[in-house]
Amino acid sequence: MAEIWQGITAAFWLIVTFDADLYEIAARSLLVTCSAVALAALVGLPLGAWLAVSRYRFRRLVIALLNALMGLPPVVVGLVVYLLLSRSGPFGVMGLLFTPWAMIIAQVVILTPLIASIAHQSIRDLWAEYHDLLISLNTTRPQRIKTLLWDSRRALLTAALAGFGRGIGEVGAIMIVGGNIDHVTRVMTTAIALETSKGDFALAIGLGFVLIGLAVAVNLALHMLSGTEVRDRW
Amino acid sequence: MVSILPLSLQSATVDKNGKRLLGPVDLELGNAGLTIVLGPNGAGKSTLLRLLHGLEKPSEGRLRYAAPRPVAYAQQAFVFQTPVMLRRTVLGNLTYPLTAHGTQRTEAQKQALTWLNMIGLAGHESQRASQLSGGERQKLALARALIRAPQLLFLDEPCANLDGASTRDIERLILKARDDGTRILMATHDLGQARRLASDVLFLNKGQIIESGPATAFFETPQTPEAQAFLKGDLVL
Amino acid sequence: MIRSLVTAAALLASASALAADTLKMAVTTSFHNSGLSDVLLPALKDDIGLEVRLIVVGTGQAIRLGEAGDVDAILVHSRRAEENFLAGGYGTHRREIMYNDFVLVGPSGDPAKIADATTAKEALTAIAKSQAPFASRGDDSGTHKMELALWSTAEIGEAERNPTWYNEAGAGMGATLNTAAGLNAYVLTDRASWLNFGNKQSLTLLFSGDPVLFNQYAYLPVSPDKHPHVAHDAAQQLEIWLTSPRAAELINSYTINGETLFTFNAENLLEAAE
Repeated sequence: MAEIWQGITAAFWLIVTFDADLYEIAARSLLVTCSAVALAALVGLPLGAWLAVSRYRFRRLVIALLNALMGLPPVVVGLVVYLLLSRSGPFGVMGLLFTPWAMIIAQVVILTPLIASIAHQSIRDLWAEYHDLLISLNTTRPQRIKTLLWDSRRALLTAALAGFGRGIGEVGAIMIVGGNIDHVTRVMTTAIALETSKGDFALAIGLGFVLIGLAVAVNLALHMLSGTEVRDRW
Repeated sequence: MVSILPLSLQSATVDKNGKRLLGPVDLELGNAGLTIVLGPNGAGKSTLLRLLHGLEKPSEGRLRYAAPRPVAYAQQAFVFQTPVMLRRTVLGNLTYPLTAHGTQRTEAQKQALTWLNMIGLAGHESQRASQLSGGERQKLALARALIRAPQLLFLDEPCANLDGASTRDIERLILKARDDGTRILMATHDLGQARRLASDVLFLNKGQIIESGPATAFFETPQTPEAQAFLKGDLVL
Repeated sequence: MIRSLVTAAALLASASALAADTLKMAVTTSFHNSGLSDVLLPALKDDIGLEVRLIVVGTGQAIRLGEAGDVDAILVHSRRAEENFLAGGYGTHRREIMYNDFVLVGPSGDPAKIADATTAKEALTAIAKSQAPFASRGDDSGTHKMELALWSTAEIGEAERNPTWYNEAGAGMGATLNTAAGLNAYVLTDRASWLNFGNKQSLTLLFSGDPVLFNQYAYLPVSPDKHPHVAHDAAQQLEIWLTSPRAAELINSYTINGETLFTFNAENLLEAAE
């Protein structure tokens, strides 16, 4: 239990003394996960919207599949991405393995189903509300998707933040495809794993607190910027 | 501008889950006037309107417009019993039909502001539409329906949930639209409203058109027992 | 907004561009956790301008990365696995660099009394007989293979090593030591990892010194015949440096709490400055 208190003090000192290593891995964590969320949202949000407004035969199956993909174990994703990016694999020539790009790719695979699934649910609810009106106004399907996405933007922000939360704390996939290389692919979570394996629990917990603080800060900033959760404004 | 009227229904029915909601119905809607669709609850008034507008597909029979489908769909509008507001501002709701069909933002806003004045909501542009009262929302929905000057306007019991003052405002706008040449088809179960607005009447019961004709004739001398019972205020069984 | 996007893109681009003076090497967790790499890597950078990127994994994964050509060289400590690696044509050769030794650590109470043993075989037999908790790497690593070899010499088979006392952690050295500390169990570890381990709790070093516990580290460059893209020149430069008097000095003088961890034993020393 002493480690928790030691962890808090360790975290405090690292932050206050502008420890270069800490700031470097924190920045890299943010870079990797924010890029992954952006790309995953780019794919996942329109996908969720399209699924919500389309009528096709295997709808229930596709939705079930999408929800199931949310439970993909990150380590498995990491292994598959490794096999794809390995020099002995199909995309090896691109030289992406053991770089932040590989980490971003793995996280995009993990986060897209999550973001698409949450987006799909919110948009489906709004589509039920707008259905007759949008058809009556003679809109095209792309227009409907655009309108639904724009009018659901608060819920979509939640989807993106859920993706961010999942990504910033992820360690299994990025450890395999990134290699936790010092100054190249080391991020907060892989550093925590490393310190834990060295038995330096206090430092590991300290880094953990910094990571949590980072996640809270990002969420707060996004809510402030988008003007949500202010008094009674939805 | 090609006229989409007359529109006609030929032996059309609407069946859902094995139940027949409407039909068979034969109907021809001509070029002018305000037709009231009258009838007790469950008669199929909403279903008829939705079928004519294209929100329901006929299970049997056909629907024909005088112009090709794409033109016909662009020339209609519908006002629902409970107004559906987009989660935007009052102005945003009004400009939506315009910008969705190619009007430039600034031009759309200009037209929308004119309409806001007309319906007595001037000054409310930046308010969220969800914050309007029921009557204000329905006025907004009606303005949104009329802003692209459709040839054909459907209204499904628009004043069912409104108070007297809002009802009066809505009726005023509907009459203005009629005078501007819009062909109007409106469902209501309010006899007083029907008498005020109708130029002709379609009386429905149990999914069939029981009686139809010019308004004065219908109200003074209803032909069928169901219509007579309804006009007297009795339950139609 | 634009500026941060550009900086981000540059950060990513620089990370993925393989400059001529970088090399990717897979090393085992036992090597890394000793802390020696924190001494060697900066010296390397200063002396020959080579940036070595270490990917720290278990021996099995290191070999796998070498076979796939995802790294330019490997540094492991498992003779048989290395020989298989070379037999498969994946490496050019193996070069012995240094050795450390394995030790047995365990609960300070020493229920199996292994501190009194004279050989490793005796110590392990005592543990098996007393059924005192034992934590194994269980991950096919160099350390794990050494442990299995010792059990085999003591003629204690798989059947006798049952889960009531024998715990297979399936993890790296640090994680296995954590498990041992938590279970108050015996564990076979390399001396370096032990000395550098931060969570000893009530574990202490109980047995060492038997020559069979000798742990040889070898350097194997990945074959450019199999994988033409590997940084072979850099790998050769690294080998020259690793077998130089400079490296010898750094390795032999690396201590934790006054104890030396590694003994440099590369043969055919070459001058570092070419």
